[in-house]
Parts: sequence; C-alpha cells; structure tokens
Amino acid sequence: MAQFRLPKNARMIQGRRHNDGSGMQRPLQLQIYRWNPDDDSQPQIDEYTIDQATCGPMLLDALIKIKNEIDSTLTFRRSCREGICGSCAMNIDGTNTLACTQSLAKLKTPVKVYPLPHMPVIKDLVPDLTHFFDQYASVEPWLKASDPPDGQERRQNTENREALDGLYECILCACCSTSCPSYWWNSEQYLGPANLLQAYRWIADSRDEATAERLEQLNDNFKLYRCHTIMNCTNACPKGLNPGKAIGEIKSRISKEKI
Amino acid sequence: MSNSRTRPISPHLQVYRPQLTSVLSIMHRLTGLLLSGASVVLSLWLVSLALGEPTYTRFAGLWDSWAATALMVAVVFCVYFHLLNGVRHLAWDRGFGFDLATVYVSGWTVVVGAFALSALTFALLV
Repeated sequence: MAQFRLPKNARMIQGRRHNDGSGMQRPLQLQIYRWNPDDDSQPQIDEYTIDQATCGPMLLDALIKIKNEIDSTLTFRRSCREGICGSCAMNIDGTNTLACTQSLAKLKTPVKVYPLPHMPVIKDLVPDLTHFFDQYASVEPWLKASDPPDGQERRQNTENREALDGLYECILCACCSTSCPSYWWNSEQYLGPANLLQAYRWIADSRDEATAERLEQLNDNFKLYRCHTIMNCTNACPKGLNPGKAIGEIKSRISKEKI
Repeated sequence: MSNSRTRPISPHLQVYRPQLTSVLSIMHRLTGLLLSGASVVLSLWLVSLALGEPTYTRFAGLWDSWAATALMVAVVFCVYFHLLNGVRHLAWDRGFGFDLATVYVSGWTVVVGAFALSALTFALLV
C-alpha cells in the first residue's frame, strides 16, 4: 500500500543556518537536506549562502565550495563532474538531475537540495541504491548469444546499431526511477524506468538471442505493468533519454508476440 | 560507528515539483474515480425514472441545488478530460507520442480540449 506521508523518523525539521550572505557580491542561498546516522535527530534542512562570484558554474561546484569553505561534514557523492558517472544525482529545485550538469544560473534562490526521492538515506545527500542495483542485475544486463559461426565478431548493420541509440547512453544515475510515483509506491517489485530501459537495451540488441526469454521474464503485473505512462521519467533524465518510450516498446513487443 | 539507526526515507511527494506529466496522470485517475461514482448515480436516475413519476420527481428534487449543478458541471468536464486523455493513453499503448515535446503538446491539447468541449456542451444545452 502506498504510503503518502513520511514515516515519523523521516520528517524534516528546520536545521541550522551556517552563515549569511553579508559582504558577498552575488549571494545564493541553498537549503540542503541533512541527516547523520550518528546523531539522534530527525532529518533537517540546513541553510548555507555562497558567493556565486567566486564559485564555479554548476550546482556541484556550489556543494564542493560549501564542503571546502563552510561545512566539511556535508556529505554527497560525486566523481566525474561532467555528467557521465551518475554519482551526483539528487533532487534539485523539485526535480531529479545531476548536480554537475545543473547550471546555477538557472536556479532561483533559495535552491532546495534533497537526496533522490523515496530512497533510504545513508547520510545527507547519499541514498542507498543497493536495491536499485539488485534490480539492475535481475534483468541480466549482458549479451546472451552462442558463439559466432566464424569464430570472429558478431556483426551488426547500421540499422541494427542505430536501434541501440538512446538506450546504451544510460548511466544508471537513478534520476528517472526515483522521479516515478509508481516506483515510489511499488519499488519492491516494480523494476522502474531505468532498469526497464536497460532491459530493453538488450531486447533491442540484434546480437542478443534471448529476446523471448527476456520478454517473458518481464511480462509481469508488477515488474513491468506498474508503469502507467506518467512520463516523469523522461522529464527527469539528465541524458535526454526516453525511458517511458523504452517501456512502451517492451509492452508493445510483448503484446505483439503474444507471450 | 553506530549505524544501527533506521535509515529515513528521503522526501518524495513532499518535495517533487508537480509537472504536466504527473498532474495529468493523477487527474486521469481522479476523474476516472469520480466518473465511476457518477455512473452509479446515473443508474439510480434511470431506476427512479422506471419507478414512475412520483419517485422520479423526488429523485430529481434532490439534484435541484447550486452544489448539485456544480457537481454536474464537474462530471461533464471529467467525461471530456478522461475521454481525451484516454485517447492519449491509447496512442502510447500503440507506441506513438512518446517524445517529450509531443507529450507536452498532447497534454496541453487534452487540458484545453476538455475545457473547450465542456463549454461547448453547456453552450448548446443551456
């Protein structure tokens, strides 16, 4: 059953104001979700002010600036800082995206920053993605094929290769899955947009020989059909991919092949 | 390390920005729900008609109020909204209209269409 309210231990309280913008050229206020497993307190919203005049252009730059100059306890994931690793996915200003590709110029003060929605929080902006990646493993994301007859490579024509465009670029940042209300309420069984897009990446691969088996595995009320084409996923994807469409393709393949 | 504390669930509905995609989706459910209720009332109306004039007059009298009229206007809007958005869902189920620009165009078409058709209905009826 969907639980719309946050459980008691997850309700947020007003936190600490760490500094103010006095003396700053272009102050930008950030309100950031904090939760420390070692404290005995509720999640809280802390306020920081940074000077954009001495900060890099992206939200990740602002977070790093806060960590370096104001509060070293602020915890978040980051790695590549160029939108390819998917580590810094978070909820910024009400929608999920990557902190490293979110331009500060497009945000209004105060900028609200939360972890990816409806996930167990490890600390501050770091969610526990264990279940998400277990689900990824469940779609068996590898090529299933017998050895090629000539003992060489498996060939694809241009058209076959193009079928993978818009699918292989997924970086598994979980922005789409955690933007999906249906995934919020059914994540135990529903695979969610990211993992269904990944599943479709192998279904669409001309070299893969397990298509029927893959479709049969997905033909399930919960794994696949909790998708109600809400399309928050496609709206959220920081790579401009279309998980909603990929799920639609899976559904239509299943109905056409009548499995 | 005291990691024994239960991890809180990060906020979801509380913080996620409502957008055309999610708002139309929940509207589709709510209008569907309201129409299910309305279909029961419609059946009762037909039953009252079949039971003869005194029953019908009494039943119709129940609906002779400002609030009831407002409810009926809402039901008409729900019919058009659910119908138009249903067509949108049918197109998706056939694999059409998934790219984001189309999702927004079809979404706004549903909203504007539902209001326009409701207005037209009342213009013709009243």
